[in-house]
Amino acid sequence: MTASEKNIVLQGSELKQHYEVSQGPFKPKGVVKALDGVDFKVEAGKTLAVVGESGCGKSTLARQLTMIETPTAGRIEFNGKNLLTLTGEDKKEARERIQIIFQNPYGSLNPRKKIGQILEEPLVINSEMNPASRKERALYLLEKVGLKHEHYDRYPHMFSGGQRQRIAIARGLMMNPKVVVADEPVSALDVSVQAQVLNLMMDIQKEFGLAYIFISHDLSVVEHIADEVMVMYLGRVVEQGPTHEIFSQPKHPYTRALLSSTPRINPEQRIEKIRLPGELPSPMNPPLGCAFHGRCQYANDRCKHATPELVEDDKGTLIRCFGYDEGRLDYLNE
Amino acid sequence: MTQPTVSVQGPRTPLAEFWFYFRQNRGAVMGLGYVVFIVLMAILADVLAPHSPTEQFRDFILTPPAFAEGGQAQFLLGTDGVGRDILSRLMHGARLSLLIGLVIVMVSMIMGICFGLLAGYFGGIVDTTIMRLSDILQSLPALLLAIAIVAVLGPSIVNSGLALSLVYLPHYIRLTRASTLAEKNRDYVISSRVAGANPLRLMFITILPNCLAPLIVQGTLGFSNAILDMAALGFLGLGAQPPSPEWGTMLSTAREFIQSAWWVVTFPGLMILTTVLAFNLMGDGLRDALDPKLKQ
Repeated sequence: MTASEKNIVLQGSELKQHYEVSQGPFKPKGVVKALDGVDFKVEAGKTLAVVGESGCGKSTLARQLTMIETPTAGRIEFNGKNLLTLTGEDKKEARERIQIIFQNPYGSLNPRKKIGQILEEPLVINSEMNPASRKERALYLLEKVGLKHEHYDRYPHMFSGGQRQRIAIARGLMMNPKVVVADEPVSALDVSVQAQVLNLMMDIQKEFGLAYIFISHDLSVVEHIADEVMVMYLGRVVEQGPTHEIFSQPKHPYTRALLSSTPRINPEQRIEKIRLPGELPSPMNPPLGCAFHGRCQYANDRCKHATPELVEDDKGTLIRCFGYDEGRLDYLNE
Repeated sequence: MTQPTVSVQGPRTPLAEFWFYFRQNRGAVMGLGYVVFIVLMAILADVLAPHSPTEQFRDFILTPPAFAEGGQAQFLLGTDGVGRDILSRLMHGARLSLLIGLVIVMVSMIMGICFGLLAGYFGGIVDTTIMRLSDILQSLPALLLAIAIVAVLGPSIVNSGLALSLVYLPHYIRLTRASTLAEKNRDYVISSRVAGANPLRLMFITILPNCLAPLIVQGTLGFSNAILDMAALGFLGLGAQPPSPEWGTMLSTAREFIQSAWWVVTFPGLMILTTVLAFNLMGDGLRDALDPKLKQ
């Protein structure tokens, strides 16, 4: 076992989430494959970013990791134990160690509760702490996220979006988590506030050694915060690798198209804007072969009939693309 | 230039805070004042009432109020068809009417909230069962259903109270279920779930407080309905039994004097009107004061 493998806190393998959908009477039920076999690993103190357009399964993944939904198939290992088979105390313990930060800070704080009550709720449910030490912990974390003690007695609607997101972060930290799943934590905020919240998240990560699963569709944010990036398309990973690799030389045509839509400061990294024709196919009847072939300008007959597997290249990046395997992606040879 | 004065307040106790916001709604405070007045009157009826509510003064049948022509000083609001003092009957009647209204609202609200939360939170078969049963209750005319239940159980105040609670139940179930459905998929509920909250805690501590506003208003309106329907049952001889001085029953028995002796109908009617109005005003203020979104 290498040093880095020891540090892995959360690991998912072959995660699937299928939903049965009724298509009306007398018709067979359709199956939506929101997630169709996703593998990943996160190390303590590192950030794994999950990117992709709407409907690619990012949020489903977040809901699985926080045990809001149970995967149809697959394993989620937290510190080497399979979350899905845990019971009783172990499950409770795992639940305390994996927390979530939601996208919309206006909906994620109970409008009827004061900040103090919101922060202390996880402790009330999961610990035997007395009220005084609960309050002490809440005040400590309020301070950590840059809020004041007097905010303890206020209601959520008295705060701005950025402040609310700080409160949500503080709540996530109340139980001393090891993993924080952040589901688009800054996309509902102003750009100026986004930076503050991101920097706060990075400071906290350093201080507490947290692992982040950072879900986003904003690539500039991802480049700033992530150590590793996982690009998803229609419930599957199409490319996964170190942030630097992905951003400096995207290999999968889809990743390239995504990156081309992000403004870059460095002219050398600019990619001519690639316009993807069509829309994300319906996950109810995904296209045969590579899911991306309908929108990919490099697709050939093989892409239409066979499904590519994830292949690792020499720099540790995983790519799911026949074009890459066959070396017919011309931009890689430039 | 003068420095703006910054008042630093310590955290208020919940009660003081509630009062602070409640006070800002003048109508609500007036309503509360009137309700307190009625409640005190009901409690102190034995001391305050000049006569017994059931004593019949045979020499003073249908005496007009003291301030009207031909009135008697000892019967401030006059006497009814069998010579009972209306003022005393109103005071004692406050006890019955308030108690009935309160009990009916409480019983149907508590049951309605429980069923509504269960239906909204769990959905599926639980939801269908509860909602179809409440549809059946709602599909019958309210008073008819109450009469049927009272006819089975036997006429008395307790039984008609039970019957009316059952009749009002669907309103509370529907209201609670609708708000629960709207709230249960909000992020704050999910984050409580991630924190490990069990369904009971989620239903009653996380979701319920966010559903209360319409329930409080419905409760105060239901209070007045309860008093009125109780009067209707009393009129049919299924509610308060004579000589109990219940406002609705007083009103019903006085109908033969509408043309000849206005005071016998007017005063019980006014009592019902003002009490219902006061409760509605108070309910409005209560809803505002309990809603943190309206606070500064």
